[in-house]
Amino acid sequence: MGRGRLSDAYTSGVYTPCTVLLMSIGHTLLGLLESGPRHGYDLKRTFDEKFGQDRPLHYGQVYSTMSRLLKNGLVEVDGVESEGGPERKRYAITDAGITDVSQWLAQPEKPEPYLQSTLYTKVVLALLTDRSAAGLLDTQRSAHLRMMRILTDRKRQGDLADQLICDHALFHLEADLRWLELTAARLDQLAKVVAP
Amino acid sequence: MIPEGSLLAAHDLRKTYGSTPALDGASFSVHPGEVVAVMGPSGSGKSTLLHCLAGIITPDSGTITYAGRELSAMSDAERSALRRSDFGFVFQFGQLVPELTCVENVALPLRLNGVKRKAAERTALEWMERLEVDDLGPQRPGEVSGGQGQRVAVARALAASPKVIFADEPTGALDSLNGERVMELLTEAARSANVAVVLVTHEARVAAYSDRDVTVRDGRARDLEHAV
Ligand SMILES: Nc1ncnc2c1ncn2[C@@H]1O[C@H](COP(=O)(O)OP(=O)(O)OP(=O)(O)O)[C@@H](O)[C@H]1O
Ligand SMILES: [Mg+2]
Repeated sequence: MGRGRLSDAYTSGVYTPCTVLLMSIGHTLLGLLESGPRHGYDLKRTFDEKFGQDRPLHYGQVYSTMSRLLKNGLVEVDGVESEGGPERKRYAITDAGITDVSQWLAQPEKPEPYLQSTLYTKVVLALLTDRSAAGLLDTQRSAHLRMMRILTDRKRQGDLADQLICDHALFHLEADLRWLELTAARLDQLAKVVAP
Repeated sequence: MIPEGSLLAAHDLRKTYGSTPALDGASFSVHPGEVVAVMGPSGSGKSTLLHCLAGIITPDSGTITYAGRELSAMSDAERSALRRSDFGFVFQFGQLVPELTCVENVALPLRLNGVKRKAAERTALEWMERLEVDDLGPQRPGEVSGGQGQRVAVARALAASPKVIFADEPTGALDSLNGERVMELLTEAARSANVAVVLVTHEARVAAYSDRDVTVRDGRARDLEHAV
């Protein structure tokens, strides 16, 4: 790979901080529905409490996400209440929705820096839904190592600029990996905190 | 149970120290010329696995096959002879003989295999040149830096044309630049001479020089990429 293309691929990978979280709101809300049907408001509150630390969801986001999930058959309306006020829909996850969450959790994220928040969300959801968080971390670790191997190979064949560009990415990936290992070692502790 | 085409393969190794299980059903294999990284938490059994594979310690049970021969079926003398002729070793530190010069250290495995001194030192110098430490020939290990000493050790591991190199944290005591350079030189030399490398490391950037990695957890080795 030439330097131009390599650095393009790298800068777009490294300097696009995590928009992944936005894209995974749907999966996260779906995962939260696995424990039972909920209203949109309840979903928002639980999401904010568990994942929203410094960026709570807007109601608009919740309702547009839910209508997309409804359209795709991943949730269904489980009941509607409208005591005086506006209509409140209660949503339930469908079998297709459960499969979708499983697939999302099983699929490693594309190894790139700054994805901790997505990974953290995945780990917590896996713990909450009784899936294998350790397995998820292992799969991610192996995807990271694979990417590091590719970069190391490029570094070996490239000039100094390639080497420095690859090294930068390698150090970031290494930092992620350390986080993965540390988290794997603390899963039991984390499980007690998130799903008491 | 021996993966096809493998040079060295271990199956279901168990090893207990007192009541501590160090290996608990570990399996492993490496092909000729392949570089395999062995990773895993501290105390998980990586070094124990490496020492079993190299015939340095004997597992309580399980089989290790090298080039079609079972290690446990060999006598101690046969195993030592095999280690001298076919295996090379690089450890974290303290492995060079302090009384010998660097070139004598590198020539040592050849001398033990019966090569005459002049010829052995000539070959030793060639390897030291490849590892960029040929100017250290007359120095003693105490007079060179850690990174230089590690390159001398890699030259020594390669000098007797082994089939397998066992490396336990070979860059553990080095800074990242020296560590990378040692890995680059080790893997480059190993690949060009078709030497297999079993590389124990807890550093991902070091493991990234390998062709494949296995993870040891609680005495069991897992090959993640091939397990899925
Ligand atoms: N000679 C020994 N006597 C008693 N116990 C031992 C001996 N060697 C290893 N052990 C024990 O066996 C287990 C595995 O040790 P091993 O040295 O293989 O781990 P390791 O993965 O290489 O760790 P590290 O990354 O810290 O080097 C540990 O619990 C260790 O305490
Ligand atoms: Mg060890």
